[in-house]
Amino acid sequence: MPLILNDDQKLLKDSAKDFFSKSMPVKQLRQIRDDEVTECYSTDSWKEIVDLGWSGITVEEEFGGLEFGYLGLGVILEEGGRTLAASPLFSTCVLGAAALSIAGNQEQKSELLPLLVQGDLILSLAIEEGAAHAPQRTRTTASKSGDSFTINGTKTFVLDASSADKMIVVTRTSGEAGSNAGLTLFLVDSNSKGVSITSHKMADSRNACTVVFDNVSVPAANVLGQVDNAADDLQDILSIGQICISADMLGSTREAFERTVEYIKMREQFDTILGTKQALQHRAAQLYTEIELAKSVVIAGLQAIDEGQRGDALAKTASLTKSKVGETFTLASSEAVQMHGGIGMTDEEEIGFFLKRARTTEHTLGDVRYHQNRYGDLLGL
Amino acid sequence: MANLETFKSEATAWLEENCPASMRKHGGGADAEFTRKKRSGDSLLWLDRCAEKGWIAPSWPTEYGGGGLSTEEHVALVGIMKKMNIPAPLGGMSLTMIGPTLLELGTEEQKKEHLPGITSGNVHWCQGYSEPNAGSDLANLQTKAEDKGDHFIINGSKIWTSGAMHADWMFCLVRTDPNVQKQKGISFVLFPMTDPGVSLSPIKLISGQSPFCQVFFDNVRAEKSNLIGKVNEGWTVGKRLLQHERSSIGGGGSSRFGISMTLNDAAKKYRGDENGKIDDPLLKLELTRQDIDTQAFALTTKRITDETMSGVTPGFATSMLKYYGSELTKDSAEMMVSIMGPQGLGRDDDRDNFSDDERGSTRAWLFTKALTIAGGCSEVQLDIISKRILELPTG
Ligand SMILES: Cc1cc2nc3c(=O)[nH]c(=O)nc-3n(C[C@H](O)[C@H](O)[C@H](O)COP(=O)(O)OP(=O)(O)OC[C@H]3O[C@@H](n4cnc5c(N)ncnc54)[C@H](O)[C@@H]3O)c2cc1C
Ligand SMILES: Cc1cc2nc3c(=O)[nH]c(=O)nc-3n(C[C@H](O)[C@H](O)[C@H](O)COP(=O)(O)OP(=O)(O)OC[C@H]3O[C@@H](n4cnc5c(N)ncnc54)[C@H](O)[C@@H]3O)c2cc1C
Repeated sequence: MPLILNDDQKLLKDSAKDFFSKSMPVKQLRQIRDDEVTECYSTDSWKEIVDLGWSGITVEEEFGGLEFGYLGLGVILEEGGRTLAASPLFSTCVLGAAALSIAGNQEQKSELLPLLVQGDLILSLAIEEGAAHAPQRTRTTASKSGDSFTINGTKTFVLDASSADKMIVVTRTSGEAGSNAGLTLFLVDSNSKGVSITSHKMADSRNACTVVFDNVSVPAANVLGQVDNAADDLQDILSIGQICISADMLGSTREAFERTVEYIKMREQFDTILGTKQALQHRAAQLYTEIELAKSVVIAGLQAIDEGQRGDALAKTASLTKSKVGETFTLASSEAVQMHGGIGMTDEEEIGFFLKRARTTEHTLGDVRYHQNRYGDLLGL
Repeated sequence: MANLETFKSEATAWLEENCPASMRKHGGGADAEFTRKKRSGDSLLWLDRCAEKGWIAPSWPTEYGGGGLSTEEHVALVGIMKKMNIPAPLGGMSLTMIGPTLLELGTEEQKKEHLPGITSGNVHWCQGYSEPNAGSDLANLQTKAEDKGDHFIINGSKIWTSGAMHADWMFCLVRTDPNVQKQKGISFVLFPMTDPGVSLSPIKLISGQSPFCQVFFDNVRAEKSNLIGKVNEGWTVGKRLLQHERSSIGGGGSSRFGISMTLNDAAKKYRGDENGKIDDPLLKLELTRQDIDTQAFALTTKRITDETMSGVTPGFATSMLKYYGSELTKDSAEMMVSIMGPQGLGRDDDRDNFSDDERGSTRAWLFTKALTIAGGCSEVQLDIISKRILELPTG
């Protein structure tokens, strides 16, 4: 398949660009932060996204979705990334929808996917338990008693948990922490007895929570996929998430870079425009080149999902994508602040928002270290 | 699409039948730079068969001896040959630089005169651009051409002329007007290397090889009919050719210069534990990063080719690809000798103590240093990206 967008995808990209720049500019994120909005996103804007049909863009038509594929979702995420648009698109429509589609049974899909498409179901993936992304080290337990399971444990940095109706919780039903065997996914209502959710104020003004599960009883019917055998499904869900968050990060990277180039084109010092300095020009040109590579791995990653790549092959693609984009976003956002000089250090200038967003997304579903290590393992080194 | 499938199966069958088995292995394409007169055996046979089929230049029009393939067919053919481990019958400047430039900017007479020599594998070209005082600042060139009515008389010298000792013809940038802005007084001419006024002085490289020369011109004659473009408008022609050159230098990215081992295999062989696993975490990380960058670059080359085929003009993308690709290849070669340790640092003539792969790696390590210098150094590519793509101002 050629690594280019088709005409429909290009049109979608244009409408997404238009929508995000008009309805959800960086200014909106600042307002949400200053107003201390609980959800950390605008519910009005979320409704607009739903009305545009984007919440169901990857969902099969039989469940009310558009079945437009991940290249389509990718261009929306990328354009949203340009304005740092805050919405539950990633938590719900990437991770939630992928989890339901990949691991859910027919009943779960036909009950929940239509709700998700209509914007009536916010989902969160409760997976991390510490600073590092390490799903196989899950310690949160689920023990069987009769027709239900009892979940105990603590999940950290659960995206959008403060507004989630349900959570998809990664638990251990058997085996030792460190083993891929024995993992099970559960759908848990956020208002279940024993669930307590604490919001964290994150540097990027988005939402992440610590969720404690204290003897939370969940019916066996809420198992998503197979008991003890969630590892493969989970790997695919995460690969999709890693590639999609990379599309979002790519948009932010490109925006931060373009703003910086514009800035050094107009800033005058030493009786000249700073952009005439070769020391800055070459760093900008190198960044440009890195961003060209990042564009390629993102479109190739999205295409791989659409073409049905799964398992270790998709995991390798995902690690290629997220490590390359992660490195580039970190560099681009740091250079952006540097080249803006003193003004870049101020809260008033928006470039700092990109720096903060770079670091939180860097830690979403595995940082560069995680992905380089995994890529090396998958190469068989 | 159905046609493309037919093409693919016919191409596969033809290759199966016509490419000699000895060419389909490591080192099979070693003669790719040479024309007919320097070849023998299967290498000559392969060249001849491709010449007859038109597949020395598969995408050029058939009237000039090309294969007349569409871009899709050409891409498919290259893919099939790669899969079958079949080397291109011919490489080098004739095919990648002067040929495409003539196709684009030459007159009908010029195409008819010069292209068949290339597509038949008979005529070999060299590039007369650089001079002792015109390297990165190419427009500073001083080699002088005087207008004598139907011809020019050329005096001066070119340096770093790759393959000059094997070449039949030179494409050359010369100064035809010294009194205007330097880019505006340059012309692009062709002349045969057999002219009695041409003399060569070989230059030895750090690799010990001597693949290029300084070339001296003493009243060399170039016909007016071999002027490409107009008088004093050679800079435009010359720059277009450079874009072709840059695509061919940067394009490989991971090309291995005739070494049979990949970096990862070499690491396992020279540095692996009993099970062939690499227990050095830093080396593993370096290899991983190199692999990631190589993959990302290959995807970028593909993406830009796909965009070009869909009608988007690549513009200055060649500078980006040249810059990144040449740096990447240079890094790979550096890593290879570093992995081999002292075994990667033998002298080329010590066949007793250093294997073919080891000596090949040493040569590649030294040779690839040139990739980020020749064809416009990396710094010049970054200048082009910042000025032409990012539109940053000049001082
Ligand atoms: C937290 C903080 C505290 C400060 N405290 C004080 C203070 O107490 N008193 C005071 O007087 N000032 C203070 N400053 C100002 C500080 O000295 C200036 O920010 C600094 O001199 C840079 O100037 P600028 O911000 O105008 O950036 P600019 O001069 O506009 O430069 C912007 C960017 O361009 C690049 N650049 C600049 N010059 C060149 C060059 N020659 N070649 C290539 N690239 C170049 C650099 O990346 C630079 O960061 C403070 C700044 C900060 C951020
Ligand atoms: C193996 C090899 C084969 C070659 N084959 C040919 C050939 O067939 N025909 C031909 O005409 N030429 C050929 N060349 C010449 C080649 O094009 C020149 O070497 C090249 O253009 C650089 O010119 P220079 O060597 O004079 O370096 P210089 O121009 O003197 O540059 C020296 C160094 O300065 C730095 N630099 C240069 N410009 C800038 C800038 N604008 N900003 C910042 N830093 C800069 C770079 O690090 C550069 O490497 C070949 C060269 C090599 C090494």
